[in-house]
Amino acid sequence: MKGLVTWVLLMLVITPAEAASGLVYVTNEKSSDITVLDSKTFEVLRSFDTCRRPRGVHFSHDRSEFYVGCADDDQIAIYETATGALIGRILNIEEPETFDLSPDGKLLYVSNEEDATVSIVDIEARRVIGDVETGEEPEGVLFTADGKTVYVASEAANMVHVIDTETVEVVADILVDTRPRRFALTLDETELWVSAELAGIVDIIDTASNKIIGDITFLPTGFRKEQVTPVDLLITKDGTTAYVALGRANHVAVVDVASRKIVEYILVGKRPWGLALNADETMLWVANGLSDDITIIDTESLKAIISVPVGKVPYGILIDDQ
Amino acid sequence: MINRLLIVLTAVAALAGTAAAVEKTPFVIGYLEIEGDPRYAPPRAYAGIDVRPRHRPVDGAALSIRESKIIGRALGLTFSLDRVSADTADGLSREMDRLQDQRGVDFFIVDGASDVLTSLADHAADRDMLLFNISEPDDRLRSDACAANLMHVIPSRAMLADAMAQFLVASRWKNILVLKGEFPADTALAQAFQASAKKYGLKVVDKRDFVLGNDPREREKNNIALLTAGVDYDAVFIADSLGQVGRYVPYQTALPRPVVGSEGLVAGAWNWAWERHGAPQLNQRFERRMGRRMEDRDWAAWAAVKAIVEAVARTGGSDFSQTAAYLKGPDMILDGYKGAAMSFRSWDNQLRQPLLIHTSNAVIERAPLEGFLHSTQYMDTLGYDAPENRCRF
Repeated sequence: MKGLVTWVLLMLVITPAEAASGLVYVTNEKSSDITVLDSKTFEVLRSFDTCRRPRGVHFSHDRSEFYVGCADDDQIAIYETATGALIGRILNIEEPETFDLSPDGKLLYVSNEEDATVSIVDIEARRVIGDVETGEEPEGVLFTADGKTVYVASEAANMVHVIDTETVEVVADILVDTRPRRFALTLDETELWVSAELAGIVDIIDTASNKIIGDITFLPTGFRKEQVTPVDLLITKDGTTAYVALGRANHVAVVDVASRKIVEYILVGKRPWGLALNADETMLWVANGLSDDITIIDTESLKAIISVPVGKVPYGILIDDQ
Repeated sequence: MINRLLIVLTAVAALAGTAAAVEKTPFVIGYLEIEGDPRYAPPRAYAGIDVRPRHRPVDGAALSIRESKIIGRALGLTFSLDRVSADTADGLSREMDRLQDQRGVDFFIVDGASDVLTSLADHAADRDMLLFNISEPDDRLRSDACAANLMHVIPSRAMLADAMAQFLVASRWKNILVLKGEFPADTALAQAFQASAKKYGLKVVDKRDFVLGNDPREREKNNIALLTAGVDYDAVFIADSLGQVGRYVPYQTALPRPVVGSEGLVAGAWNWAWERHGAPQLNQRFERRMGRRMEDRDWAAWAAVKAIVEAVARTGGSDFSQTAAYLKGPDMILDGYKGAAMSFRSWDNQLRQPLLIHTSNAVIERAPLEGFLHSTQYMDTLGYDAPENRCRF
């Protein structure tokens, strides 16, 4: 009996790893396709056409599916993770850009770039069930772990909107630096980090007071302030390290979260935006929008290992290795 | 005065965040234009063929006001535009005073030519007023005829010419034939380009006048093939402010050479085909609302309102001097959807900005081009830089 329990527990642990396909999906905004790579060999396996202007990507709750926002076709396409097969579409979502999945896996909050709203999509029902007014050009969307709050950045209004998911209302508008793009929450969720693309910094917001309590300025050697345009950022699972893609400065910054100090700048391709970490966080994948390639960074040595050509203007990356 | 005090007080109350239910305070921006402005008059076109669009740029300002709604929500303000017109600059001056007295307006967007701008800036000199030029490229307004209370959102001719010169240098098209029309604006364009050519080491192989017509006695001035013959060059720069002749120059030059300047490849503040830095979103918003494509002056009007809203958002907007100082100052970051943090040059109030070098349907380059260096700010390679400044406020 004990043996059986152990076996069952072992299976529970092992199964997800076995289920992982080891595939990496990259959305290419301008060629309207997805490049599929091998997460271990970094080889391009194939690519396939998608709806037009695919940008934001996100796994479903159990990672068996993934969602792709297609701005020029006003829809989110749903693919099977193991095969990359198209299995559904959610239509009539105005110009979706990025989005986040509610922690229960049921809803997507999608920024509609053209509409100055965030749409709430019921995934199972495959339709929009509500929306929230934001500033012009909403961009980054992020849920807190308890699912009670969603943060939305409004690029054109220089604001972060705090949405209460229960009442579906904006409870605070936080004025931040110029052109806010993406978010990361610290492990304890006391700090919300938001990249301000045109200001070239990351603002740090205290989530209790919704006030800016600090910022991080980036300046890789040989670049000027105006060339530093941070977009995507990630914080590792243990909450210690942040990676920030610096856009036109062609580097990824590595930041020690606790001290807010920059540890390293890593040279990648042209205009890096999208970032993704593999399951054990040993590899950081970077989408370089203007050199049409992906750079893979070894997070141990903080060195770029390889750059791999993908489609035109790569945007988002999903790694299915867990 | 009482009116203005009230506004200040309620703005403070709203900013203090008393409650979400606080009534929003209006923040009115003036928009001034000249009735029958000749720059928007119907063209002298043969057979009704209209070669240059002449849309009033107020649409750009209106779009920007729309975009300010959510910022207003957070600030407890409602931004709006008060559009007034008069047939003379004096008439507009009176409107400015009226708007300030009655509605507390301090910021004015002016769609006017040089003389109008100069006159209004004079009038506003001893008042708490700040003016924004959105349509006049005249270089004199950024040098000898500059004014401390006149901000220039539209690029100057010198900036546009420098952008084109950079492109020509980068393309190694160094020998340029300049063709010039008969109007003062054509002369100004040609002069600006010659100054840029000197600055960037291009050689103007010849400068020739053209006239629109078919007078056989002026055959060499109105026949493009003759006008472009007898000398070698890498490109033709055409200074044709009305656009009546320039359109016949490409494909009719004596030598097979590209045409730039007013026709062919053009430097501008904005273009509907610009596809980077969020520009498609702005262009689509504009087209959807206004039913036409966004042009340079529309963009400038849009950016002027955005600059005011940004300064108000950062300072609270209740104190004119503070807001104006922020707007003119080094901390100002204006996002003009051209991928650079724009701000106003302290020496001549010109908005430093990237420029787009485009054909009729594609943006070919963004200036400053890579490789054109500057000791502090690459964008200051375009137009009058501090060392050559002749503006004295």
